[in-house]
Amino acid sequence: MHTVFALATARGKAGVAIIRISGPEAMQIGTTLCGSLPKAGQHAVRTVRNSDKSVLDQPLVLFFSGPNSFTGEDVVELHLHGSVAVIRAVEQAILATGLAREAEAGEFTKRALLNDRLDLAQVEGLGDLVEAETEAQRQQAQRVFSGALSVKMGDLRDRGIRAAALLTATIDFADEEVPVDVSPEVESLLTGIISDLTSEIAGSHVAERVRDGFEIAILGAPNAGKSTLLNALAGREIAITSDIAGTTRDVIEARLDIDGLAVTFLDTAGLRETEDEVEQIGVTRALERALAADLRVLLATDGFQLPDALEGKVDLSYAAKSDLTGAGGVSGLTGDGLDVMISDISAILADRVAQVKTAISARQRGGMQRAVAEFERALAIVRGSGEVEIAAEHVQDGLRALDSVIGRVDVENILGEIFSRFCIGK
Amino acid sequence: MKHPDFDVVVVGGGHAGVEAADAARRVGARTALVTLRKSDLGVMSCNPAIGGLGKGHLVREIDALGGVMGRAADASGIQYRLLNRRKGAAVQGPRTQSDRALYAKAIQDHVGQAEGLTVIEAEVADLIVDQGNVAGVVLADESELSARAVVLTTGTFLRGVIHIGDRKIEGGRMGDRPSVKLAQRMDSLSLPLGRLKTGTPPRLKSQSINWDILQEQKADEDPTFFSFLTKRVQARQVACGITHTNTRTHDVIQANLSRSAMYGGMIEGVGPRYCPSIEDKVVRFSDKDSHQIFLEPEGLTSDLVYPNGISTSLPEDVQHDYVHSIVGLENADIQQPGYAIEYDYVDPTCLSDQLELRALSGLFLAGQINGTTGYEEAAAQGLVAGLSAALKTLERDPITFSRRESYIGVMIDDLVTRGVAEPYRMFTSRAEYRLSLRADNADARLTPLGLSLGLVDEARERIFTEKMDRLDRGRTMLEAMTATPKQAAEAGITVNADGKRRTGMEYLAFPELHVADLAKIEPQLDALDAEVADQLKIEATYATYVARQQKDAEALDRDEAKQIPNDFPYAEVIGLSNELRSKLTRIQPATLGQAGRIDGMTPAALALILTKLRQLDRISA
Repeated sequence: MHTVFALATARGKAGVAIIRISGPEAMQIGTTLCGSLPKAGQHAVRTVRNSDKSVLDQPLVLFFSGPNSFTGEDVVELHLHGSVAVIRAVEQAILATGLAREAEAGEFTKRALLNDRLDLAQVEGLGDLVEAETEAQRQQAQRVFSGALSVKMGDLRDRGIRAAALLTATIDFADEEVPVDVSPEVESLLTGIISDLTSEIAGSHVAERVRDGFEIAILGAPNAGKSTLLNALAGREIAITSDIAGTTRDVIEARLDIDGLAVTFLDTAGLRETEDEVEQIGVTRALERALAADLRVLLATDGFQLPDALEGKVDLSYAAKSDLTGAGGVSGLTGDGLDVMISDISAILADRVAQVKTAISARQRGGMQRAVAEFERALAIVRGSGEVEIAAEHVQDGLRALDSVIGRVDVENILGEIFSRFCIGK
Repeated sequence: MKHPDFDVVVVGGGHAGVEAADAARRVGARTALVTLRKSDLGVMSCNPAIGGLGKGHLVREIDALGGVMGRAADASGIQYRLLNRRKGAAVQGPRTQSDRALYAKAIQDHVGQAEGLTVIEAEVADLIVDQGNVAGVVLADESELSARAVVLTTGTFLRGVIHIGDRKIEGGRMGDRPSVKLAQRMDSLSLPLGRLKTGTPPRLKSQSINWDILQEQKADEDPTFFSFLTKRVQARQVACGITHTNTRTHDVIQANLSRSAMYGGMIEGVGPRYCPSIEDKVVRFSDKDSHQIFLEPEGLTSDLVYPNGISTSLPEDVQHDYVHSIVGLENADIQQPGYAIEYDYVDPTCLSDQLELRALSGLFLAGQINGTTGYEEAAAQGLVAGLSAALKTLERDPITFSRRESYIGVMIDDLVTRGVAEPYRMFTSRAEYRLSLRADNADARLTPLGLSLGLVDEARERIFTEKMDRLDRGRTMLEAMTATPKQAAEAGITVNADGKRRTGMEYLAFPELHVADLAKIEPQLDALDAEVADQLKIEATYATYVARQQKDAEALDRDEAKQIPNDFPYAEVIGLSNELRSKLTRIQPATLGQAGRIDGMTPAALALILTKLRQLDRISA
């Protein structure tokens, strides 16, 4: 395997910039550049010179001896001064040794996976951890990165194997002294697995929202003050406001952090019947986005008729323009009632987030859904017609689907997908 | 160069040896079978029964390839029972109690008439090795038989020791002498060896058993045969008796455990978990106060009974005491005490897919010497080893039996890829393509291969072709006929009224529907005979699953197609754990698929090997 290197920190001016070198030649490259390396697991200040002996920088140098490193290979880290010119010069010097090439996107993590330092779920967790902006995102990614999903799947797998073993016993040891009727235990094992997977699947939908942000649509009649409210929430003028009804045509978004959760507020066109073709497009779009959103907040005004499509789908409702009515509710203009609204939203979202278990991605969910389908078919057969060899077949397929969640099988297919999506560790 | 005496010499006349010799001569190799006594051919040294779950599949496959075992089993079957009769066809296992004498006679008659096969009564003392190749065998009288390949099927002869309580007898089987020089020759190859044990029960005199008070287990009314050629029962059918151990039996055993060879520390070999001795049963399942015993007659004319379920290595006096504590056996005479046998086996991971030793070209191993147990497992390996040895000497391409196509393939792959930790026995659950690899379709799966290799004779070919034609006609009829649920309802068939037009085969997939029901829609189907109707019903039952497995199998094929060269540099693959590296180096998987089945293999390690393979391809391209 080639030795690779890459800048592990963001490119640009910074206090420190870290170049990571990983692979069989990492030690040789480090020695060529720095003269000598610190002992494995230790750090030391060294002078980096290029081939004509001119000094490039004086970085802090770390050496990790494989397999005790992030990638499982020998790794050298150069903690350089964060200058664009220094970084470029050192990269050139590494290339000049002829011993390493630049790492591809995600290549360090890929090596960590190939060397069994991380499993597939952990890689996904790591990807999310790097991307995490809010506290909830961090906690969620950290759980997966630390291997919680792998543990969970391992437990489900053990129970599935137990069910498969019971079915097998009645097939392969039919003429021996095995329990005659294993179906009650198989049923209870399968029911348990299905129920655990089902709540994992439900949780994973919410987990995706935690990662990508919850969408909250602000709805109401034209001129109810939705855009003013959005601007107040965002703390800046992102939506045009005016007294003219129907000012907002497009959907305008503002991203916020509410108690550690990423939230995107959507300002939408006021809902009314209109002859104006452009405004009508805006209203249709508003409805679509509102229906797809995680939460719908209505700014209620007198005489406003909620469209049928939204009937029963409004999560929170406040009287609009409380500054004018003085009768409670919210006002974007004065900020009145905003704290109440935020804390209401926060409470609802906190409830939802409590559903999050360990699975976080659509890929993980896909594997679990396939597994549930197989286990359900097995369960139906055990309860019904009782063709034990076919039930066993479904349990086996379910187990394979579970394995794919943490990446035990299908490695060739999954690898490409994962590493094209996650640009990690570079 | 001197023309060798034979192409293939098979050493040992047990089930593996007979099948090996017959397969070799069928494909046209001049073959010799060397056995201590001609009367040893076809002897059942243990339980007088053939078949069972997984094992019955193997016998059917041997038969589909023109082998001997199925026909001999049918010639001697005295109590046919289809195991799992009430479960699906994929997991049914034909089994029969055999008359020992009739079985041996069937084998000896066959071998005696087999063209191109010479039986030599002698003891093989050593191998002739010439420039790293096996070149024949040396007999005990120091004469030599030269050959291009040798198949060793010598069972438990490697350091075989028999234990009856604290008595120890050197030897492979009661009454046989161990071949010391041959064992030394095997030692000189520095093969990895392991130690196993197996047990037998005391043999009882039938007349001394009180049959009147015992429960009976009768033979099936409509027997399921082993050979695709067999049409009717050939021997009188008898019943087995059933009795049970009781707390008194267990007390006797508990009190004398220290005198058991297995529990007294005299045996170090590993025994099979699925066939425990009565000592094991009493100790490990101490909460059970009764275990079932089948009293199996050894033959129609024999006075011996094999009490299946109480194998032991306790001393003779204890065997008497515990046998007499059992209902119906109060006055039973023990004709021969039970004993345990301990022996060395060659770790089969040092064999190729053809069961050839990688350490010594031209030497093939089959049967118990590879760590397996059971006549059927031995015979199936014998067929593979004999066939492969013959193909090699005839300079024809080697054949690899695939996991997808046969239980034989599953077993060979398990042995050479994963090795054994206990005596290896076939189970249906070892076959991941269980729903397609059925006993009922062994002929459709394997006879064409047998034909192409020259393993199958013309008589069988005619019967096979005729049967396949009948099946094809029936299948075509069922695929051509279609009916809507409404039309079906008019014929008295109720299915989900989804308006979906289904073919006859699709209707047949419903558990409760049979060809006879469909004949009410399509009267032509009445013309199908019962064999075809049953077979097509089974096909329809598993059709969707077989199609699914087919897709899985295609993925497997991709991995199987990625060959790993013999000199693959595992040492250069960075990131492989030392444990996996040494396993891979030892086992030398032939393909990426095989590497994936090695115990402890991870996808990550596979990806590393794949990366290296691609790198090597690039270099050579």
